[in-house]
Amino acid sequence: MKRLLIVLIFLTGCKDAPKAVEVTEQLSKVHHQGEAIVLDIYDYDGLEPLINKDDGKVHVVNFWATWCAPCVKELPYFEKINSDYKNKNVEVLLVSLDFPRQYDTKLKPFLKKKNIQSKVVCFDDVDQNRWIPAIDSTWSGALPATIIYKGNKRQFYEKSFTYEELETEVQQFLN
Amino acid sequence: MKTLKLLAALVCFVSLTAFTITTDSGYEVGDVATDFSLENIDGKMVSLSDYKSAKGFIVIFTCNTCPYAVAYEDRIVALDKKYAAKGYPVIAIMPNDTDVKPGDNMEAMKARAKAKGFTFPYLMDKGQKIYPQYGATKTPHVYILEKTTDGNIVKYIGAIDDNYQDATAVKTKYVENAVDALLAGEEVAQKTTRAIGCSIKTKS
Repeated sequence: MKRLLIVLIFLTGCKDAPKAVEVTEQLSKVHHQGEAIVLDIYDYDGLEPLINKDDGKVHVVNFWATWCAPCVKELPYFEKINSDYKNKNVEVLLVSLDFPRQYDTKLKPFLKKKNIQSKVVCFDDVDQNRWIPAIDSTWSGALPATIIYKGNKRQFYEKSFTYEELETEVQQFLN
Repeated sequence: MKTLKLLAALVCFVSLTAFTITTDSGYEVGDVATDFSLENIDGKMVSLSDYKSAKGFIVIFTCNTCPYAVAYEDRIVALDKKYAAKGYPVIAIMPNDTDVKPGDNMEAMKARAKAKGFTFPYLMDKGQKIYPQYGATKTPHVYILEKTTDGNIVKYIGAIDDNYQDATAVKTKYVENAVDALLAGEEVAQKTTRAIGCSIKTKS
């Protein structure tokens, strides 16, 4: 059984910052090109640079799938982080592990129905024994799983989040 | 400079060790696995100790509702067909809380086993007492045990093979390789592997 020790550090300093009006032009382009949703599909070599950016931003990377009930449950929390923290240099990336044969039948209809605004990429690489330990040495392979990182600071979570838990973790990376 | 490097390595090692201890419980390869008495889909209780002539076991935590588990159903049946007669039967255990996943309840388990022609016990981890002792985190999650005079020793933990999508494109059959090695009296070469799976469902 996994026991994750979560250190709750409440940082309230940022809470009063004014919220900027969000511009989601780029995301709209990705997700709402008329009827067609265009998704990039990566193997691990392709995904690796996307989960190791050193651009001064806080990156929240969630590994999920439409067939994973706890993933679907927590997806709105990642969406909320994406919209509420965009102006605080936080970027959310949703990495879908849906089966390739279900990209069109399940994943795309889901993204459209839920109007998902965070960036979504598909991750298709069957050699899981190679990339699971590469992503994190402690990851057993269960979904959902999340990485939060900023530059070299990095934390991995093999668990489900409440919104409060997720926000607390994100805030640890903000100062 | 050399001292500094050594110190850094030491700090790294210590923190790594500390992290491993705090985050992981459950079995590692070499540990003695607990026996159990769990209800099978035929209503009978099943224990490892019932298998007097077994040389070991392929214990697989699996379920009806996880697409990864479903993708492996035929391959699990094939494993049992190949290895039960050689002394390594498959013992499937469904670890999910069925209040959270009604699709994994006993009736559904019976239906699934019948539809797929399960040749092995499909047990309910009622009360969810067994999977945490093994340290299973997901379905499917395999533990290969070797029966010895000291108990059932964990010899392999991980995935069935290296391609969940396509059984015909598998390059390495992890479980078969491990059981073949044990049957030959050899050391298992690849003792642990990882694969994506569905988290085991609990109420909290």
